[in-house]
Amino acid sequence: MMNELVSDLSAVRAEAFLAAGICVLLLFDLFIRDRHRDLTYALAMLLLAGTGWLAATAGGDGRVLAFGGSVVVDPLARVLKVAAALAMAVVFLYSRPWLRERQLFRGEYYVLGLFALLGILVIISGHSFLVIYLGLEMLSLALYALVVYDRDSPIGAESGMKYFVLGAIASGTLLYGMSIVYGFSGTLNLGELREYAAGLDGVPVFLLVGLGFMLSGIAFKFGAVPFHMWVPDVYQGAPTSVSLLIATAPKLASIALVIRLVAEALPELLVTWQVILMTLAVLSLLIGNIVAIAQTNIKRMLAYSAIAHVGFILLGVATGTTAGVEAAVFYSIVYVVAAAGAFGIIMLLSSRGAEADQLDDFRGLSQRSPWFALMMLLLMASMIGIPPLAGFYAKWIVLLALVEAGAVWLALFAVLMSVVGAFYYLRVIRLMYFDELPGGAPVQAPGDFRLVLSINALLALALGLFPGPLMDLCTGLLG
Amino acid sequence: MITLAHYLTLSAVLFAISVAGIYLNRKNVILLLMCIELQLLAVNFNFIAFSRFLDDVAGQVFVFFILTVAAAEAAIGLAILVVLFRNRRSINVDELDSMKG
Repeated sequence: MMNELVSDLSAVRAEAFLAAGICVLLLFDLFIRDRHRDLTYALAMLLLAGTGWLAATAGGDGRVLAFGGSVVVDPLARVLKVAAALAMAVVFLYSRPWLRERQLFRGEYYVLGLFALLGILVIISGHSFLVIYLGLEMLSLALYALVVYDRDSPIGAESGMKYFVLGAIASGTLLYGMSIVYGFSGTLNLGELREYAAGLDGVPVFLLVGLGFMLSGIAFKFGAVPFHMWVPDVYQGAPTSVSLLIATAPKLASIALVIRLVAEALPELLVTWQVILMTLAVLSLLIGNIVAIAQTNIKRMLAYSAIAHVGFILLGVATGTTAGVEAAVFYSIVYVVAAAGAFGIIMLLSSRGAEADQLDDFRGLSQRSPWFALMMLLLMASMIGIPPLAGFYAKWIVLLALVEAGAVWLALFAVLMSVVGAFYYLRVIRLMYFDELPGGAPVQAPGDFRLVLSINALLALALGLFPGPLMDLCTGLLG
Repeated sequence: MITLAHYLTLSAVLFAISVAGIYLNRKNVILLLMCIELQLLAVNFNFIAFSRFLDDVAGQVFVFFILTVAAAEAAIGLAILVVLFRNRRSINVDELDSMKG
């Protein structure tokens, strides 16, 4: 009994450490003065380092089930958790100067960000409906509060309200699906559900109905068309530091959500959810890429680009093959790198009081800062998928998995949509290099910000030139 | 005799009412919050009915968690509502349209 408890707790040590750390951080932040606020930041970074390390080493090398099969620690969980902790550290680092300039540099940002990370970790390790639901709510509630973090911003409040209402409907829809699946299969546990589905002959209607509700909830959290309405408004309305947060780590939770609830739990129903996921993916690629062309606000443009990238990720999962799912995980990580960098550049250009969230703010960046114009060029090229950048390799392995699964037309469609998508990324590059901005001042930012942003952008190049190490991490995820 | 099908029908009707309420309501954000609560209650109804008919306690435990989360969700929703009202002096759904495209 005692041994079991110890081994259970050891499986969730990253989550336990983070939860305890957040409580300490919250109390600690109460007792320090504003001018010592950097200590809160330092403590949050320490917590992230500890969480990342604990998550990387939890469960040894294999697959461990804990708490009666409600929690799973497998290679997929380790890779995604470490990536999420790293992404959150980068988010905190980029956000600090931006928040400070706007008098938003408060402890709440770190507490809520870490709570969101805790939710992400719980989702990634969730192996029962209950655990996954609780993780999802922990993530969502923290994000709702973060979107209205700037209390005096009218569009922040509006986008927060929209996000909250639509997000709550999505949670309700997901739950309704879970309740139906629970009612007929008699279990909340994903392992038992898998065994139950394997023993069925023919697919019962209730399971299809439940799966349909669950998939629409998941598609919402992912931001896939037709459940994407919140994405552009939230990206645009939220403070840029929060848009950055929403664009990065939660995407890793979404991919875990779809893999755990669908690909792992119900492989027997592949034919059914394959069709649904492919429809969502095709619509996302189409709407995301085409509507992005019409945007003038770069945060909104990146939101539609996120929708298009989600289409690619869903295509990888929809193949139902191991190679496809691994390609989707690889794609998500590469996307998070590129998105973090792109938002980082926006925050770099945002000066005191003024937001650089219009495309026009990128005019003549090559004269103001040749180095960061080059970095933005790399990030945009990676998002387009130009070789030898990481985005190219990620798209390539997803397309390869699609062709191997026999969906040649889908692969062709995805390539076509990538070409359409190239248009709006290239426009950013054109503005930076071929337009001029009279009176543009040189870019100013702290040293650590510049360093990490450069590493971030060069990573998009390095992962494309040497995809081997990350690819090795992403193979054998689904034991 | 009330069977499982009766409970499930009631819960489906509640769920449908809540979704219809969210999409039809163009007046007041508070009504949206009420519809969201109704949706969660429909789910709870499902879980309780299944739990009773399966003779499995897990469904009832899940309901306790949903109720707790719903309370937290309502608190955050109302807090956002207060921020919205302070900024715009209105909680009219139709006026939440400053972002387009």
